[in-house]
Amino acid sequence: MAILSVDNLSLSFGGLSVLNDISFSVNPGEIFAIIGPNGAGKTSILNCIGGFYKPSAGRISFDGKDITRTSPDRRAARGLARTFQNIALFRGMTVLDNIKLGAHAHLKTGLLRALAYWGPAHREEMTLREQVEQDVIDFLEIEAIRKQAVGSLAYGLQKRVELARALAMHPKVLLMDEPVAGMNAEETEDMARFVLDIQEERDITVVLIEHDMNVIMDISDRVMVVNFGQKIAEGTPDEVQSHPEVIKAYLGQKKD
Amino acid sequence: MRIGDYKESYSADEAVFRTGTVRVWMLLLFVAMAVFPFWAGPYLLYMANLTGVAIIAAVGLNILTGAAGQISLGHAAFVGIGAYTAAILTTRLGLPFLICLPLSGISAAFFGMIVGAPSMRMKGLYLCIATLAAQMIFEFIFVHWTSVTGGIRGINVPTASIFGISFDTEFKMYFITVPIMVIAVSAARNLFRTRVGRAFIAIRDRDISAELMGINLFQYKLYAFATSSFFAGVAGCLQVYILKIVTPEHFPLHESVRYLAMIIVGGLGSVLGSIFGAIFMTCVPEALQSLLSLFQGIDDKIMSYLYPLQTVVFGMLIVVFLVFEPHGLAEMWRRLKDYFRLWPFEH
Repeated sequence: MAILSVDNLSLSFGGLSVLNDISFSVNPGEIFAIIGPNGAGKTSILNCIGGFYKPSAGRISFDGKDITRTSPDRRAARGLARTFQNIALFRGMTVLDNIKLGAHAHLKTGLLRALAYWGPAHREEMTLREQVEQDVIDFLEIEAIRKQAVGSLAYGLQKRVELARALAMHPKVLLMDEPVAGMNAEETEDMARFVLDIQEERDITVVLIEHDMNVIMDISDRVMVVNFGQKIAEGTPDEVQSHPEVIKAYLGQKKD
Repeated sequence: MRIGDYKESYSADEAVFRTGTVRVWMLLLFVAMAVFPFWAGPYLLYMANLTGVAIIAAVGLNILTGAAGQISLGHAAFVGIGAYTAAILTTRLGLPFLICLPLSGISAAFFGMIVGAPSMRMKGLYLCIATLAAQMIFEFIFVHWTSVTGGIRGINVPTASIFGISFDTEFKMYFITVPIMVIAVSAARNLFRTRVGRAFIAIRDRDISAELMGINLFQYKLYAFATSSFFAGVAGCLQVYILKIVTPEHFPLHESVRYLAMIIVGGLGSVLGSIFGAIFMTCVPEALQSLLSLFQGIDDKIMSYLYPLQTVVFGMLIVVFLVFEPHGLAEMWRRLKDYFRLWPFEH
């Protein structure tokens, strides 16, 4: 039983067709990669799953339920987390507050309790802090920067904080848009290790977009290739690597 | 110099006043606020009361504009709604002060949510224009719905009384205004220690990713409008009982702009900044005026030039502050504290 399945997804803006009849399904606990040349529509697929774009046709189901018409915030509450290609942290907040914000949907404090603070709101905040410290901050090794403003951090660390925020959402499926883009070799290695740990230790299914082929081939269980909004191949990394359509898309075709 | 600052529990780490030194200073501040009315004359007390009202209103606006990022040009109108609610309830129905106070807040919050409803579709400057429209509409109602609001002559309000004690002097009003101001400021500070306050800031910083984090944007924008207007309404109610009268002239557009100036000069998104800004905007013009009165009697001609000059000087002060510290007085205060943290040792 797939945890996330996308059936016949199409997306167009006016006359411009972005995605055309894409179907795939992701099994629980696997790392599923989406690759393709620039402008192929990879991020658009994630935006449709996350609810930011409304698909013009097709169906998305998550955890056994149809979520095609569910609002983005409700999808998040059901266990769909997301990291972004161009980091989307809240720059006015500290690292700790950013991470705590990830847990928003799991908290209950309402407006009036928040104004009063003492009592239930305080207890909830303290439990949250403990959880966040143990499950996320310790795990991603960012203890030293927890009180710093997000804007002042190095790029690689910001990416890590974004992952931390997504983990605080306790997701069932984590959508990652280019997690290692722009990172040096060491940061890339760290990030790949974190993604593997997330999948193995926490049973979180990962769907990721990436251009770094070494990372894709090393960590993903299955790979889907898209080009010009169409799916051209799907399979294990080895299968995909030797697929003629894929070679054509990436390297071009020899003229006879 | 601050040393030995380590924490053994998360609760201690997340406290508002984190060190013993800060707590001592806060205690001194409270003692000073308690002693102040016994030392000050009626004029200073009147100014203190008005400053208290301004602080409550500015803290409210800072929740909406500074934290949640929804620019509002209608804040004075909400203060006005609170003021008129209190005046009408107390003169027509004879309700006591302690009941009027929350009801003023609630009625302002109600209208705040109506005005905030367009925020579902609009943001930034467009929403700003929508709130400007609200300011105009409410001003119009204050002036023209004579049977209820008393038109331009306004409504005269009797003195507040709680449990038979009449609060008829500035001295007595001080003991109503300041405690309510302290409660309002603490409530706002608390808000930002919980998920609601974090959600507000998230909406300001990046609304799209806030929604993908599970925040219902419309619901939280309405929360921000409601909270902000509630603060404004409470401020309006207090203002009525301090001035003993309410007229439309108290809530014009430039009053809304003045509230915006308070939070910009003080520091956007900072509760402490709203306090500084409100004190600055209320007290500095008065201070300039009393400075001028020192020249009185020397030469009437000089005075006729100096009077308009005080507005210019006040405007210059604001500009100078913003040029040298765009993040407001709160940021200045933070740097001052950082300096004295290591004082008298340089490194």
